[in-house]
Amino acid sequence: MFNDMPLVIAGKTFNSRFLLGTGKFKNKSDLAESIVSSGTQIVTVALRRVDLERHEDNVLEHIPKNVTLLTNTSGARNAQEAVRIARLARASGCGNWVKIEVINDSKYLLPDNQETIKATEILAAEGFVVLPYVSPDLYTARALVKAGAATVMPLGSFIGSNQGLKTKELIQVLINEIDLPIVVDAGIGAPSQAAEAMEMGAAAVLANTAVATAEQPAVLARAFALAIEAGRMAYLSGLPRQTSAADASSPLTGFLYDNAQ
Amino acid sequence: MNVIINGSPKHLNEGVHLEDIVRDLCKNPAHVIVELNGAIISGPERSATQVKDGDRLELVAFVGGG
Repeated sequence: MFNDMPLVIAGKTFNSRFLLGTGKFKNKSDLAESIVSSGTQIVTVALRRVDLERHEDNVLEHIPKNVTLLTNTSGARNAQEAVRIARLARASGCGNWVKIEVINDSKYLLPDNQETIKATEILAAEGFVVLPYVSPDLYTARALVKAGAATVMPLGSFIGSNQGLKTKELIQVLINEIDLPIVVDAGIGAPSQAAEAMEMGAAAVLANTAVATAEQPAVLARAFALAIEAGRMAYLSGLPRQTSAADASSPLTGFLYDNAQ
Repeated sequence: MNVIINGSPKHLNEGVHLEDIVRDLCKNPAHVIVELNGAIISGPERSATQVKDGDRLELVAFVGGG
């Protein structure tokens, strides 16, 4: 009855369409349990200077080996800094998948689309699998396709805001016009919002803050996974459009009284 | 000799190798990525690389992130 194709990014297939961020978790057991309950096959991580005063836990120890690691370039303020972070990540031997994240505005934390395009061009040419995080914009997305991006990751709303799909119409344009998987990232604060993105035809959803800051992260991670699957199924079903007028669900003939008015 | 590690000055003995510094300072040395004066130094190269006065070192590692 329900026959879906797997998600394919850069030739690699995934059965889960839920990408999970690993930031902000209160403790590592919440993170480990959430990775399992979410069924995710792609998780994001960041690179930072080693804190020489405080010995920190290694986040990689809590990520199963069969999960694809997607290093973000958070902290990068321009294309060059993003390229540097991506190269460092690749030198770790943990793969060549990179989420380009270039932010130089500390108030809204909006990604710099122009610098993101530049970084994508450079890194795709070096053989990286590049998943750029951008504000949803058709011309940017077209430039990213040309630059060799593997997906386009438009933001739903301000990062960490849990506001959901504030940019819904612009994301729909990307889904309609761009021939790459559209992965909705940032601002997705509840499973219903993730389902909404999938019903629109998004290829996948990335969530982090909502899950990590829930009272029971692993439970919410599972709820997200179910919602994403439900949204995907609804999209494939050929979801009917909204109408402005009422349309009765039951027949309008054969009523059990005479002289129907 | 004096070097800069992750933006802070450090005093080290002459002739010390990169690998020794990483092992001294980091809990999970295998997962640390090293940049010496802007160039990435791979794991096997660390033992063969001596640090000189005035060198700038970056020691980075993976952390949780979205």
